[in-house]
Amino acid sequence: MTTFLGLPAPPHGTGHLRGDEPFPVAARRALADSQLRHNLANATRTIRAKRARVVAELPDWEALREAGQAIKADAMAHLDSYLEQLEANITLRGGTVHWARDAGEACQIVTGLVRDTGASEVVKVKSLVTDEIGLNDALAAAGVTAVETDLAELIVQLGHDRPSHILVPAIHRNRAEIREIFLREMAGVDPELTDQPAALAEAARLYLRRRFLSARVGISGVNFAIAETGTLCVVESEGNGRMCLTLPPTLITVMGIEKILPRWQDLSVFLQLLPRSSTGERMNPYTSMWTGVTPGDGPQEFHLVLLDNGRTAALADPVGRQALHCIRCSACLNVCPVYERTGGHAYGSVYPGPIGAVLSPQLTGIEENASLPYASSLCGACYEACPVKIDIPSILVHLRGRHVETAREHRKVPSAEAITMAAASWTMAAPARFTAAQRAGSLGRMLASGGRLRRLPPPLAAWTRARDAPAPPAQTFRQWWRREHGDTR
Amino acid sequence: MRIALFITCLADTLYPDVGKATVGLLERLGHEVIFPRAQTCCGQMHINTGYQRDGLALVRHYVDTFEGCEVIVAPSASCIGSVRHQHAMVARQFGDGKLAQRAEAVAARTFELSELLLDVLGVEDVGAYYPHRVTYHPTCHSLRLLRTGDRPYRLLRNVEGLELAELPEAEECCGFGGTFALKNADVSTAMLADKMRHVVSTGAYACAAADNSCLMHIGGGLSRLSTGVKTVHLAEILASTRDGLTR
Repeated sequence: MTTFLGLPAPPHGTGHLRGDEPFPVAARRALADSQLRHNLANATRTIRAKRARVVAELPDWEALREAGQAIKADAMAHLDSYLEQLEANITLRGGTVHWARDAGEACQIVTGLVRDTGASEVVKVKSLVTDEIGLNDALAAAGVTAVETDLAELIVQLGHDRPSHILVPAIHRNRAEIREIFLREMAGVDPELTDQPAALAEAARLYLRRRFLSARVGISGVNFAIAETGTLCVVESEGNGRMCLTLPPTLITVMGIEKILPRWQDLSVFLQLLPRSSTGERMNPYTSMWTGVTPGDGPQEFHLVLLDNGRTAALADPVGRQALHCIRCSACLNVCPVYERTGGHAYGSVYPGPIGAVLSPQLTGIEENASLPYASSLCGACYEACPVKIDIPSILVHLRGRHVETAREHRKVPSAEAITMAAASWTMAAPARFTAAQRAGSLGRMLASGGRLRRLPPPLAAWTRARDAPAPPAQTFRQWWRREHGDTR
Repeated sequence: MRIALFITCLADTLYPDVGKATVGLLERLGHEVIFPRAQTCCGQMHINTGYQRDGLALVRHYVDTFEGCEVIVAPSASCIGSVRHQHAMVARQFGDGKLAQRAEAVAARTFELSELLLDVLGVEDVGAYYPHRVTYHPTCHSLRLLRTGDRPYRLLRNVEGLELAELPEAEECCGFGGTFALKNADVSTAMLADKMRHVVSTGAYACAAADNSCLMHIGGGLSRLSTGVKTVHLAEILASTRDGLTR
């Protein structure tokens, strides 16, 4: 496929970005799981309250959001030159930079690099982008075991599960379930293990410590990459990331190209925005930064894999590209009434919640993820919480429009919905037609009892499954007005 | 002041009493209300469902209809949100910069009821009487799109006889979301269930809001479960006096 200029079209994203079924179907199953709903409601409520408290402490929070938005907009507007600057600086400091068009290429590069070291086991820092590209499966196929070292990510891995939250991948599990997973899957675990958080953390610590000390390769994602200096930055809570980043002799980092920040000083904005928005902390416990290779200290071999996987395609959409500003704090998930009830798996992508609903369809192409932009009541809570002011509701509406336009172009016969919408628009664009339609609709009065309708035909049947509908009144407002005022006024 | 009423397609068709209440209230406060007959719908449902191209005709129709009016009011935060935040955007999306400018000018004169009362007319006590315990649901579009803030509460606190009951988790969406209620009916219903639980927990006689759409959703659920709790539009409370409803 080529564009009109003969340039190659940007690649669409591959990997774990789409589910097997549309959102409403997956959501229905999640809603039926009362344990899941209980776990999610508890967890999101707790994080919401913590975030609200620490955000309220800062008198300049709005100014910080504005700054974050402006820096990201600049980074995206000049992404090409900033990426080349980053590559030059990292190369100068002894690192190697690789470019990957999609998930397959990225996995191939990383697998090849691991194979060159001869290692059969790697330790990993929690990283969404490696979940996105399905790296663990690719490594396993090459005979390499990937050990997740973030506690929540380890729970997901041992439970043969998928992450359901950006920051808290095991948010759908409670501690009793975690204890069962550890007892079942963790080699050498104390059979007397209780479900006390401290006991569970200690079990994970003992399990992981041995792996840190023996690992020859560490694999990470990245929170920020500074073009100006070639510095990479990982922000975390547990310190296990720091172990992965410093102990193994070889470090391989995979980074979505949108993670770039132009200047070192930009970190002063984002290191305030991120922890307060994500964990509700003033500052996160561990911030690791490294620039290329430092002789005699830390990994002596460093590779950075820059991943496109649909990001350039998203960048081409002037409304949708804002989604690339996301710093993966997950504040939008925690305030979203839809996410709170369905959890992350219903979104089918490693990026769930409101940001996932605008990011995933842009990475894969809208046709591949058409139900996600509709997975929102447009309540706007996400926009209000976003630390870089991504206008998620507007992007959702924009993507719905792109979906409708794409369908219009590709379908020979318009959908029933498209016909209804066109008919409604035609009717409402002229008051006489609207009045006639109102008169026809008022026939519904005959079906009503006690001023309410208990059953309506499709597509409105979805409404009356759980709610009554009002019976049409004896006269519409405009009929009343005409009676009161005649044709004057 | 001469105020043009944008009744909204939903209130016109299903909730005429809310329109009558809005007219009665404004006339009681000494203003003249006009009703431009050509009006139909703001186009929000089309725009939010992805049919912006079909919505464009309705944006143009709204602008044509209300362009000559000095001040426009609608008893719906959601429709005003569309007029203010979407009309010009949709016009620009289809390359009609002129329409976008006209839409912006009309939007600047279009107000939600509580905005009109407090910001334009400068009245906080409208002289209403409503002797009931009421809880208030600040709809998402009043709260986050229009940022009407404490305006409705200030109006309600001045209503004689009204006892305002605080709604737990008030700022959470009721689950309506336009076609979301149909396309994602299960999630919508789950959200509604929590909203209803909170409404019922207040022991209120009625749940009030500034949007007929959200009230239709909450009311439809409350009615299905035979809770006995009513829904009432802010305009209907403000229009009530000791002499009954102003008409």
